Amino acid sequence: MSAIAHRYEFVYLFDITNGNPNGDPDAGNLPRLDPETNRGLVTDVCLKRKVRNFVSLDKENTSGYAIYMQEKAVLNLQHKKAWEGLGIPPDTKDEYKKLPKEEAKAREITAWMCRNFFDVRTFGAVMTTGVNAGQVRGPVQMAFATSIDPVVPLEISITRMAVTTEKEAEAQSGDNRTMGRKHIIPYGLYRAHGFISAKLAERTGFSDTDLALFWQALTNMFEHDRSAARGEMAARRLIVFKHESAMGNAPAHVLFDKVKVSRVNGEADTPARCYADYQVSVDQNLPQGVSVSELI
Amino acid sequence: MAFGVRLHVWGERACFTRPEMKVERVSYDVITPSAARGILEALHWKPAIRWQIDRIHVLKPIRFESIRRNEVGGKLSSANVAKAMRAGSTTGLATYVDEDRQQRAATILRDVAYVIEAHFELTRAAGADDSVGKHLDIFNRRARKGQYFHAPCMGVREFPAYFELLEEGGQWPAHDVSLSGTRDLGWMLHDIDFENGMTPRFFRAQMVDGVIAVPPWQSEEVKA
Repeated sequence: MSAIAHRYEFVYLFDITNGNPNGDPDAGNLPRLDPETNRGLVTDVCLKRKVRNFVSLDKENTSGYAIYMQEKAVLNLQHKKAWEGLGIPPDTKDEYKKLPKEEAKAREITAWMCRNFFDVRTFGAVMTTGVNAGQVRGPVQMAFATSIDPVVPLEISITRMAVTTEKEAEAQSGDNRTMGRKHIIPYGLYRAHGFISAKLAERTGFSDTDLALFWQALTNMFEHDRSAARGEMAARRLIVFKHESAMGNAPAHVLFDKVKVSRVNGEADTPARCYADYQVSVDQNLPQGVSVSELI
Repeated sequence: MAFGVRLHVWGERACFTRPEMKVERVSYDVITPSAARGILEALHWKPAIRWQIDRIHVLKPIRFESIRRNEVGGKLSSANVAKAMRAGSTTGLATYVDEDRQQRAATILRDVAYVIEAHFELTRAAGADDSVGKHLDIFNRRARKGQYFHAPCMGVREFPAYFELLEEGGQWPAHDVSLSGTRDLGWMLHDIDFENGMTPRFFRAQMVDGVIAVPPWQSEEVKA
Protein backbone atom coordinates (compact mmCIF):
# COMPACT_ATOMS: atom_id res chain seq x y z
CA MET A 1 0.00 0.00 0.00
CA SER A 2 1.41 3.35 -0.92
CA ALA A 3 1.40 6.15 1.61
CA ILE A 4 -0.76 9.25 1.39
CA ALA A 5 0.67 11.99 -0.81
CA HIS A 6 -0.96 15.04 0.74
CA ARG A 7 -0.71 16.88 3.99
CA TYR A 8 -3.96 17.35 5.88
CA GLU A 9 -5.26 19.34 8.79
CA PHE A 10 -8.65 18.87 10.33
CA VAL A 11 -11.06 20.55 12.67
CA TYR A 12 -13.25 18.13 14.54
CA LEU A 13 -16.31 19.29 16.46
CA PHE A 14 -18.14 17.00 18.83
CA ASP A 15 -20.59 17.62 21.60
CA ILE A 16 -21.83 16.06 24.78
CA THR A 17 -25.19 16.24 26.49
CA ASN A 18 -25.50 15.27 30.14
CA GLY A 19 -22.33 13.28 30.35
CA ASN A 20 -18.66 13.33 31.20
CA PRO A 21 -16.54 13.35 28.04
CA ASN A 22 -13.19 12.91 29.80
CA GLY A 23 -12.77 12.56 33.56
CA ASP A 24 -9.87 14.21 35.37
CA PRO A 25 -8.06 11.71 37.61
CA ASP A 26 -6.70 14.67 39.56
CA ALA A 27 -10.14 15.97 40.45
CA GLY A 28 -12.05 12.85 41.44
CA ASN A 29 -13.16 12.17 37.87
CA LEU A 30 -14.75 15.56 37.41
CA PRO A 31 -14.83 16.56 33.74
CA ARG A 32 -11.55 18.16 32.77
CA LEU A 33 -11.53 21.93 32.94
CA ASP A 34 -9.09 24.55 31.82
CA PRO A 35 -8.62 26.36 35.14
CA GLU A 36 -8.00 29.70 33.49
CA THR A 37 -11.06 29.86 31.28
CA ASN A 38 -13.42 27.20 32.69
CA ARG A 39 -13.62 25.67 29.26
CA GLY A 40 -13.87 21.91 29.13
CA LEU A 41 -10.95 19.82 27.94
CA VAL A 42 -10.65 16.42 26.29
CA THR A 43 -7.12 15.09 25.95
CA ASP A 44 -5.60 13.87 22.71
CA VAL A 45 -5.11 10.38 24.15
CA CYS A 46 -8.80 10.15 25.03
CA LEU A 47 -9.76 10.71 21.40
CA LYS A 48 -7.06 8.37 20.09
CA ARG A 49 -8.34 5.65 22.40
CA LYS A 50 -11.76 5.91 20.75
CA VAL A 51 -10.25 5.75 17.28
CA ARG A 52 -8.41 2.58 18.26
CA ASN A 53 -11.55 1.06 19.74
CA PHE A 54 -13.55 1.84 16.62
CA VAL A 55 -10.95 0.31 14.33
CA SER A 56 -10.68 -2.84 16.39
CA LEU A 57 -14.48 -3.22 16.26
CA ASP A 58 -14.73 -2.47 12.59
CA LYS A 59 -11.72 -4.49 11.45
CA GLU A 60 -12.02 -7.47 13.71
CA ASN A 61 -10.11 -10.43 12.28
CA THR A 62 -8.68 -8.39 9.43
CA SER A 63 -4.98 -8.75 9.06
CA GLY A 64 -3.05 -5.53 9.02
CA TYR A 65 -5.52 -3.82 11.36
CA ALA A 66 -4.50 -5.23 14.70
CA ILE A 67 -4.44 -2.76 17.60
CA TYR A 68 -1.39 -2.73 19.80
CA MET A 69 -2.68 -0.58 22.65
CA GLN A 70 -5.67 -2.56 23.77
CA GLU A 71 -8.36 -2.09 26.32
CA LYS A 72 -9.31 -5.20 28.18
CA ALA A 73 -12.96 -4.95 27.22
CA VAL A 74 -12.05 -5.01 23.58
CA LEU A 75 -9.63 -7.86 24.03
CA ASN A 76 -12.35 -10.08 25.42
CA LEU A 77 -14.39 -9.58 22.30
CA GLN A 78 -11.53 -10.35 20.06
CA HIS A 79 -11.12 -13.72 18.54
CA LYS A 80 -7.88 -15.06 17.45
CA LYS A 81 -6.79 -12.91 14.60
CA ALA A 82 -6.64 -14.38 11.17
CA TRP A 83 -3.23 -13.67 9.98
CA GLU A 84 -1.94 -14.00 6.50
CA GLY A 85 1.05 -13.16 4.41
CA LEU A 86 4.60 -12.78 5.58
CA GLY A 87 5.17 -16.13 7.15
CA ILE A 88 8.88 -15.51 7.14
CA PRO A 89 10.42 -12.08 7.47
CA PRO A 90 11.84 -10.96 4.12
CA ASP A 91 15.46 -11.63 3.47
CA THR A 92 16.98 -8.29 4.20
CA LYS A 93 20.50 -9.49 3.83
CA ASP A 94 20.98 -7.89 0.46
CA GLU A 95 18.65 -4.98 0.89
CA TYR A 96 20.36 -3.53 3.94
CA LYS A 97 23.86 -4.68 3.12
CA LYS A 98 25.51 -1.40 3.88
CA LEU A 99 23.77 -0.77 7.18
CA PRO A 100 24.90 -2.17 10.48
CA LYS A 101 23.29 -5.48 11.26
CA GLU A 102 21.40 -4.30 14.29
CA GLU A 103 19.93 -1.31 12.57
CA ALA A 104 18.66 -3.47 9.73
CA LYS A 105 17.04 -5.73 12.27
CA ALA A 106 15.51 -2.78 14.05
CA ARG A 107 14.09 -1.45 10.82
CA GLU A 108 12.64 -4.77 9.92
CA ILE A 109 10.91 -5.00 13.27
CA THR A 110 9.56 -1.49 12.95
CA ALA A 111 8.31 -2.14 9.43
CA TRP A 112 6.61 -5.32 10.53
CA MET A 113 4.85 -3.50 13.38
CA CYS A 114 3.69 -0.79 11.01
CA ARG A 115 2.33 -3.30 8.54
CA ASN A 116 0.40 -5.27 11.09
CA PHE A 117 -0.87 -2.69 13.57
CA PHE A 118 -3.16 0.14 12.55
CA ASP A 119 -2.39 2.21 15.65
CA VAL A 120 1.37 1.91 15.22
CA ARG A 121 1.02 2.98 11.59
CA THR A 122 -1.25 5.90 12.51
CA PHE A 123 -0.14 7.23 15.88
CA GLY A 124 3.31 5.67 16.26
CA ALA A 125 4.77 3.67 19.13
CA VAL A 126 7.87 3.44 21.25
CA MET A 127 9.85 0.25 20.94
CA THR A 128 12.84 -0.59 23.06
CA THR A 129 15.08 -2.00 20.41
CA GLY A 130 18.14 -0.45 21.96
CA VAL A 131 19.07 0.74 18.50
CA ASN A 132 18.06 4.28 17.60
CA ALA A 133 15.40 4.10 20.33
CA GLY A 134 13.24 2.23 17.82
CA GLN A 135 10.55 4.88 17.85
CA VAL A 136 7.85 5.17 15.26
CA ARG A 137 6.41 8.61 14.88
CA GLY A 138 2.95 8.35 13.43
CA PRO A 139 1.62 10.74 10.81
CA VAL A 140 -1.57 11.57 12.71
CA GLN A 141 -1.33 13.98 15.60
CA MET A 142 -4.18 15.48 17.57
CA ALA A 143 -4.15 18.30 20.09
CA PHE A 144 -6.34 18.74 23.17
CA ALA A 145 -9.97 19.45 22.40
CA THR A 146 -11.39 22.52 24.11
CA SER A 147 -15.02 23.51 24.54
CA ILE A 148 -16.15 26.61 22.70
CA ASP A 149 -17.72 28.14 25.80
CA PRO A 150 -17.09 27.62 29.51
CA VAL A 151 -18.79 24.53 30.89
CA VAL A 152 -20.24 24.00 34.33
CA PRO A 153 -19.85 20.46 35.60
CA LEU A 154 -22.66 19.24 37.81
CA GLU A 155 -22.36 16.71 40.56
CA ILE A 156 -25.35 14.41 40.54
CA SER A 157 -25.92 12.17 43.54
CA ILE A 158 -27.41 8.81 42.82
CA THR A 159 -28.53 5.95 45.03
CA ARG A 160 -28.09 2.25 44.66
CA MET A 161 -30.55 -0.17 46.22
CA ALA A 162 -27.88 -2.65 47.18
CA VAL A 163 -24.63 -2.79 49.07
CA THR A 164 -21.40 -4.52 48.19
CA THR A 165 -20.51 -6.40 51.35
CA GLU A 166 -22.40 -8.23 54.05
CA LYS A 167 -20.74 -6.06 56.63
CA GLU A 168 -22.27 -2.98 55.08
CA ALA A 169 -25.66 -4.64 55.05
CA GLU A 170 -25.38 -5.40 58.76
CA ALA A 171 -24.36 -1.86 59.52
CA GLN A 172 -27.42 -0.57 57.74
CA SER A 173 -29.58 -3.25 59.33
CA GLY A 174 -31.02 -4.38 56.05
CA ASP A 175 -31.65 -0.97 54.56
CA ASN A 176 -29.01 -1.73 51.99
CA ARG A 177 -28.63 1.58 50.24
CA THR A 178 -25.50 3.29 49.01
CA MET A 179 -24.98 6.61 47.41
CA GLY A 180 -22.76 7.46 44.55
CA ARG A 181 -21.89 10.46 42.48
CA LYS A 182 -21.89 11.20 38.82
CA HIS A 183 -20.27 14.18 37.25
CA ILE A 184 -21.85 15.54 34.13
CA ILE A 185 -21.65 18.48 31.82
CA PRO A 186 -25.16 19.57 30.80
CA TYR A 187 -23.87 20.54 27.38
CA GLY A 188 -20.54 21.23 25.73
CA LEU A 189 -19.39 21.66 22.14
CA TYR A 190 -15.73 20.73 21.80
CA ARG A 191 -13.29 21.61 19.09
CA ALA A 192 -10.19 19.54 18.33
CA HIS A 193 -7.41 20.20 15.85
CA GLY A 194 -5.49 17.48 14.06
CA PHE A 195 -2.50 17.20 11.77
CA ILE A 196 -1.56 14.52 9.26
CA SER A 197 1.95 14.56 7.86
CA ALA A 198 2.42 12.94 4.47
CA LYS A 199 6.14 12.66 5.07
CA LEU A 200 5.77 10.65 8.27
CA ALA A 201 3.11 8.58 6.53
CA GLU A 202 5.74 7.57 3.97
CA ARG A 203 7.75 6.04 6.77
CA THR A 204 4.96 4.08 8.38
CA GLY A 205 3.01 3.22 5.24
CA PHE A 206 -0.15 5.05 6.33
CA SER A 207 -2.20 4.82 3.12
CA ASP A 208 -5.28 6.47 1.64
CA THR A 209 -7.28 3.43 2.74
CA ASP A 210 -6.05 3.99 6.29
CA LEU A 211 -6.96 7.64 6.02
CA ALA A 212 -10.48 6.79 4.90
CA LEU A 213 -10.75 4.45 7.89
CA PHE A 214 -9.49 7.19 10.17
CA TRP A 215 -12.16 9.61 8.91
CA GLN A 216 -14.73 6.87 9.35
CA ALA A 217 -13.53 6.35 12.91
CA LEU A 218 -13.86 10.04 13.73
CA THR A 219 -17.33 10.07 12.20
CA ASN A 220 -18.67 7.05 14.02
CA MET A 221 -16.56 6.43 17.08
CA PHE A 222 -18.96 7.92 19.62
CA GLU A 223 -21.72 5.64 18.31
CA HIS A 224 -19.74 2.69 19.68
CA ASP A 225 -18.64 4.29 22.90
CA ARG A 226 -21.92 4.50 24.75
CA SER A 227 -21.71 4.20 28.50
CA ALA A 228 -23.36 5.40 31.67
CA ALA A 229 -20.67 8.02 32.14
CA ARG A 230 -20.57 9.47 28.67
CA GLY A 231 -24.16 10.53 28.24
CA GLU A 232 -24.90 11.51 24.68
CA MET A 233 -21.84 12.25 22.63
CA ALA A 234 -21.92 12.99 18.93
CA ALA A 235 -19.53 13.98 16.21
CA ARG A 236 -20.95 17.17 14.73
CA ARG A 237 -18.52 18.42 12.12
CA LEU A 238 -15.34 17.14 10.52
CA ILE A 239 -13.74 19.75 8.32
CA VAL A 240 -10.71 18.55 6.42
CA PHE A 241 -8.12 20.75 4.74
CA LYS A 242 -6.16 18.99 2.04
CA HIS A 243 -2.90 20.42 0.78
CA GLU A 244 -1.87 19.83 -2.79
CA SER A 245 1.73 19.13 -1.87
CA ALA A 246 3.13 16.71 0.66
CA MET A 247 4.86 19.51 2.58
CA GLY A 248 1.71 21.61 2.61
CA ASN A 249 0.59 24.80 0.93
CA ALA A 250 -0.40 27.00 3.85
CA PRO A 251 0.29 27.41 7.58
CA ALA A 252 -1.91 25.27 9.78
CA HIS A 253 -3.03 28.16 11.99
CA VAL A 254 -4.28 30.09 8.96
CA LEU A 255 -6.47 27.14 7.99
CA PHE A 256 -7.81 26.59 11.50
CA ASP A 257 -8.81 30.26 11.58
CA LYS A 258 -11.04 29.61 8.56
CA VAL A 259 -13.39 27.62 10.74
CA LYS A 260 -15.45 29.88 12.94
CA VAL A 261 -17.82 28.65 15.58
CA SER A 262 -20.12 31.41 16.72
CA ARG A 263 -22.78 31.54 19.32
CA VAL A 264 -26.22 32.24 17.90
CA ASN A 265 -28.40 31.60 20.94
CA GLY A 266 -27.45 33.10 24.25
CA GLU A 267 -24.42 35.10 25.14
CA ALA A 268 -20.93 33.99 24.18
CA ASP A 269 -18.75 32.85 27.11
CA THR A 270 -21.75 31.49 28.95
CA PRO A 271 -22.67 27.81 28.97
CA ALA A 272 -24.72 26.64 26.01
CA ARG A 273 -27.40 23.98 26.12
CA CYS A 274 -27.60 22.48 22.63
CA TYR A 275 -25.91 22.33 19.24
CA ALA A 276 -28.48 24.75 17.82
CA ASP A 277 -26.91 27.40 20.07
CA TYR A 278 -23.96 27.44 17.69
CA GLN A 279 -23.30 28.19 14.10
CA VAL A 280 -20.29 26.80 12.30
CA SER A 281 -18.99 28.58 9.24
CA VAL A 282 -16.10 27.71 6.96
CA ASP A 283 -14.50 30.55 5.05
CA GLN A 284 -14.13 29.23 1.51
CA ASN A 285 -11.54 31.84 0.64
CA LEU A 286 -8.61 29.46 1.00
CA PRO A 287 -4.91 29.83 0.30
CA GLN A 288 -3.84 28.50 -3.07
CA GLY A 289 -3.32 24.78 -3.22
CA VAL A 290 -5.60 24.00 -0.28
CA SER A 291 -9.02 22.45 -0.64
CA VAL A 292 -11.58 21.93 2.07
CA SER A 293 -14.08 19.12 2.43
CA GLU A 294 -16.68 18.62 5.08
CA LEU A 295 -16.96 14.96 5.94
CA ILE A 296 -19.69 15.59 8.51
CA MET B 1 25.38 35.98 10.20
CA ALA B 2 24.14 35.71 6.68
CA PHE B 3 22.66 32.29 7.03
CA GLY B 4 20.60 32.83 10.15
CA VAL B 5 16.87 32.34 10.43
CA ARG B 6 14.27 33.76 12.78
CA LEU B 7 11.10 31.87 13.40
CA HIS B 8 8.21 33.13 15.47
CA VAL B 9 6.52 30.15 17.15
CA TRP B 10 3.56 30.03 19.48
CA GLY B 11 1.13 27.59 21.03
CA GLU B 12 -1.59 27.20 23.61
CA ARG B 13 0.35 24.75 25.75
CA ALA B 14 3.89 23.47 26.00
CA CYS B 15 5.88 20.91 27.96
CA PHE B 16 9.66 21.05 27.78
CA THR B 17 10.24 18.30 30.28
CA ARG B 18 12.99 18.67 32.85
CA PRO B 19 15.05 15.49 32.70
CA GLU B 20 15.20 15.29 36.51
CA MET B 21 11.40 15.32 36.76
CA LYS B 22 10.11 13.25 33.91
CA VAL B 23 7.99 10.63 35.62
CA GLU B 24 5.53 13.29 36.58
CA ARG B 25 6.63 15.76 33.96
CA VAL B 26 7.55 19.27 34.95
CA SER B 27 8.32 21.70 32.20
CA TYR B 28 11.21 24.11 32.10
CA ASP B 29 10.20 27.77 32.26
CA VAL B 30 11.02 28.26 28.61
CA ILE B 31 11.72 26.30 25.46
CA THR B 32 15.05 24.46 25.45
CA PRO B 33 17.52 24.82 22.57
CA SER B 34 16.91 21.13 21.93
CA ALA B 35 13.16 21.59 21.49
CA ALA B 36 13.76 24.69 19.36
CA ARG B 37 16.06 22.65 17.13
CA GLY B 38 13.31 20.02 16.86
CA ILE B 39 10.86 22.67 15.62
CA LEU B 40 13.30 23.85 12.96
CA GLU B 41 14.00 20.28 11.91
CA ALA B 42 10.27 19.66 11.57
CA LEU B 43 10.31 22.27 8.81
CA HIS B 44 13.58 21.39 7.12
CA TRP B 45 16.49 19.14 7.86
CA LYS B 46 18.95 17.03 5.93
CA PRO B 47 21.92 15.05 7.23
CA ALA B 48 24.06 17.66 5.51
CA ILE B 49 23.11 20.38 7.99
CA ARG B 50 23.09 20.90 11.75
CA TRP B 51 20.93 23.57 13.34
CA GLN B 52 22.44 25.74 16.05
CA ILE B 53 20.21 27.88 18.23
CA ASP B 54 21.65 31.33 18.88
CA ARG B 55 19.01 33.14 20.87
CA ILE B 56 15.58 32.47 22.26
CA HIS B 57 13.22 35.38 22.74
CA VAL B 58 10.48 34.78 25.26
CA LEU B 59 7.41 36.82 24.37
CA LYS B 60 4.76 35.85 26.89
CA PRO B 61 4.60 35.63 30.70
CA ILE B 62 5.68 32.25 32.11
CA ARG B 63 2.61 30.48 33.47
CA PHE B 64 2.07 26.89 34.54
CA GLU B 65 -0.87 24.51 34.72
CA SER B 66 -1.25 20.91 35.77
CA ILE B 67 -2.87 18.05 33.92
CA ARG B 68 -3.10 14.41 34.93
CA ARG B 69 -3.59 11.64 32.41
CA ASN B 70 -3.72 7.88 32.24
CA GLU B 71 -0.62 6.62 30.51
CA VAL B 72 0.84 3.21 29.88
CA GLY B 73 3.92 2.28 31.86
CA GLY B 74 5.68 -0.17 29.60
CA LYS B 75 7.35 -0.04 26.27
CA LEU B 76 7.11 -2.53 23.49
CA SER B 77 9.99 -4.97 23.58
CA SER B 78 11.67 -5.80 20.34
CA ALA B 79 12.25 -9.38 21.47
CA ASN B 80 8.50 -9.93 21.65
CA VAL B 81 8.02 -8.49 18.21
CA ALA B 82 10.77 -10.71 16.84
CA LYS B 83 9.02 -13.69 18.40
CA ALA B 84 5.69 -12.70 16.87
CA MET B 85 7.37 -12.25 13.51
CA ARG B 86 8.77 -15.76 13.68
CA ALA B 87 5.42 -17.15 14.72
CA GLY B 88 3.78 -15.17 11.94
CA SER B 89 0.97 -14.01 14.16
CA THR B 90 0.00 -10.87 16.02
CA THR B 91 -1.79 -12.88 18.68
CA GLY B 92 -0.65 -11.96 22.13
CA LEU B 93 1.32 -9.00 20.92
CA ALA B 94 -0.53 -6.24 22.67
CA THR B 95 -0.30 -3.94 25.62
CA TYR B 96 -3.33 -4.12 27.86
CA VAL B 97 -3.93 -0.59 28.88
CA ASP B 98 -5.87 -1.50 32.02
CA GLU B 99 -3.09 -3.69 33.36
CA ASP B 100 -0.26 -1.33 32.68
CA ARG B 101 -1.84 1.95 33.67
CA GLN B 102 -0.07 4.81 35.35
CA GLN B 103 -1.61 8.10 36.26
CA ARG B 104 0.84 10.85 35.71
CA ALA B 105 0.53 14.55 36.25
CA ALA B 106 2.30 17.00 34.02
CA THR B 107 3.08 20.57 34.95
CA ILE B 108 2.94 22.36 31.65
CA LEU B 109 3.29 25.86 30.30
CA ARG B 110 0.31 27.86 29.09
CA ASP B 111 0.05 30.27 26.20
CA VAL B 112 3.63 30.47 25.02
CA ALA B 113 5.32 32.38 22.22
CA TYR B 114 8.96 32.58 21.27
CA VAL B 115 11.23 33.81 18.55
CA ILE B 116 13.93 31.30 17.74
CA GLU B 117 17.08 32.77 16.26
CA ALA B 118 19.25 30.10 14.72
CA HIS B 119 21.69 29.26 11.99
CA PHE B 120 22.98 26.01 10.58
CA GLU B 121 26.33 24.56 9.73
CA LEU B 122 27.18 22.03 7.10
CA THR B 123 28.21 18.65 8.45
CA ARG B 124 30.59 16.01 7.21
CA ALA B 125 27.67 14.44 5.38
CA ALA B 126 27.37 17.46 3.10
CA GLY B 127 27.86 16.55 -0.53
CA ALA B 128 29.05 18.59 -3.47
CA ASP B 129 25.58 19.93 -4.21
CA ASP B 130 24.90 21.08 -0.64
CA SER B 131 25.32 24.79 -0.33
CA VAL B 132 24.30 26.97 2.57
CA GLY B 133 22.15 29.04 0.25
CA LYS B 134 20.16 26.07 -0.96
CA HIS B 135 19.18 24.88 2.52
CA LEU B 136 18.49 28.41 3.71
CA ASP B 137 16.21 28.96 0.73
CA ILE B 138 14.35 25.73 1.35
CA PHE B 139 13.85 26.59 5.00
CA ASN B 140 12.70 30.14 4.37
CA ARG B 141 10.37 29.09 1.58
CA ARG B 142 8.76 26.43 3.71
CA ALA B 143 8.47 28.67 6.76
CA ARG B 144 6.93 31.44 4.68
CA LYS B 145 4.36 29.12 3.16
CA GLY B 146 3.60 27.30 6.38
CA GLN B 147 4.98 24.04 5.03
CA TYR B 148 6.40 21.37 7.23
CA PHE B 149 7.81 17.85 7.10
CA HIS B 150 5.84 16.91 10.19
CA ALA B 151 3.78 19.18 12.42
CA PRO B 152 6.17 20.94 14.83
CA CYS B 153 5.33 20.71 18.50
CA MET B 154 5.99 22.43 21.82
CA GLY B 155 7.99 19.71 23.52
CA VAL B 156 5.41 16.93 23.18
CA ARG B 157 3.32 16.09 20.17
CA GLU B 158 -0.07 16.82 21.70
CA PHE B 159 0.85 20.49 21.93
CA PRO B 160 1.18 21.80 18.39
CA ALA B 161 3.46 24.71 17.57
CA TYR B 162 2.29 27.31 15.08
CA PHE B 163 4.94 29.26 13.25
CA GLU B 164 5.65 32.21 11.06
CA LEU B 165 8.87 33.32 9.43
CA LEU B 166 10.18 36.59 10.80
CA GLU B 167 11.42 38.25 7.66
CA GLU B 168 14.54 40.35 7.45
CA GLY B 169 13.55 43.82 8.60
CA GLY B 170 10.07 42.59 9.55
CA GLN B 171 8.08 43.71 12.58
CA TRP B 172 9.18 41.97 15.79
CA PRO B 173 6.44 40.63 17.99
CA ALA B 174 6.30 42.48 21.31
CA HIS B 175 7.85 41.15 24.53
CA ASP B 176 5.63 41.09 27.57
CA VAL B 177 6.72 43.72 30.09
CA SER B 178 6.77 41.21 32.94
CA LEU B 179 9.85 39.63 31.38
CA SER B 180 12.01 42.73 31.78
CA GLY B 181 15.08 42.49 33.91
CA THR B 182 17.50 39.66 34.44
CA ARG B 183 16.26 36.26 35.46
CA ASP B 184 18.40 33.23 36.20
CA LEU B 185 16.68 30.15 34.85
CA GLY B 186 19.26 27.80 36.33
CA TRP B 187 20.89 24.88 34.59
CA MET B 188 18.94 23.91 31.54
CA LEU B 189 19.25 21.22 28.93
CA HIS B 190 21.05 22.48 25.87
CA ASP B 191 20.78 19.39 23.76
CA ILE B 192 21.61 15.73 23.72
CA ASP B 193 24.93 14.61 22.34
CA PHE B 194 23.88 11.83 20.01
CA GLU B 195 27.43 11.19 18.92
CA ASN B 196 28.54 10.33 22.44
CA GLY B 197 26.02 7.82 23.67
CA MET B 198 23.17 10.32 24.04
CA THR B 199 24.79 12.38 26.78
CA PRO B 200 22.69 15.34 27.83
CA ARG B 201 24.58 18.62 27.96
CA PHE B 202 23.51 21.61 30.01
CA PHE B 203 24.06 25.34 30.14
CA ARG B 204 23.29 28.10 32.62
CA ALA B 205 20.33 29.91 31.14
CA GLN B 206 19.99 33.61 31.84
CA MET B 207 17.07 35.58 30.54
CA VAL B 208 17.82 39.26 30.06
CA ASP B 209 14.76 41.30 29.09
CA GLY B 210 13.14 38.20 27.68
CA VAL B 211 16.15 37.10 25.65
CA ILE B 212 18.21 34.00 26.34
CA ALA B 213 21.57 33.83 24.62
CA VAL B 214 22.37 30.21 23.88
CA PRO B 215 26.09 29.39 24.00
CA PRO B 216 27.50 27.49 21.03
CA TRP B 217 27.32 23.70 21.32
CA GLN B 218 31.06 23.14 21.59
CA SER B 219 31.74 26.03 23.95
CA GLU B 220 33.04 25.94 27.52
CA GLU B 221 29.70 26.91 29.05
CA VAL B 222 27.99 23.79 27.78
CA LYS B 223 28.66 20.96 30.23
CA ALA B 224 27.79 17.33 30.23
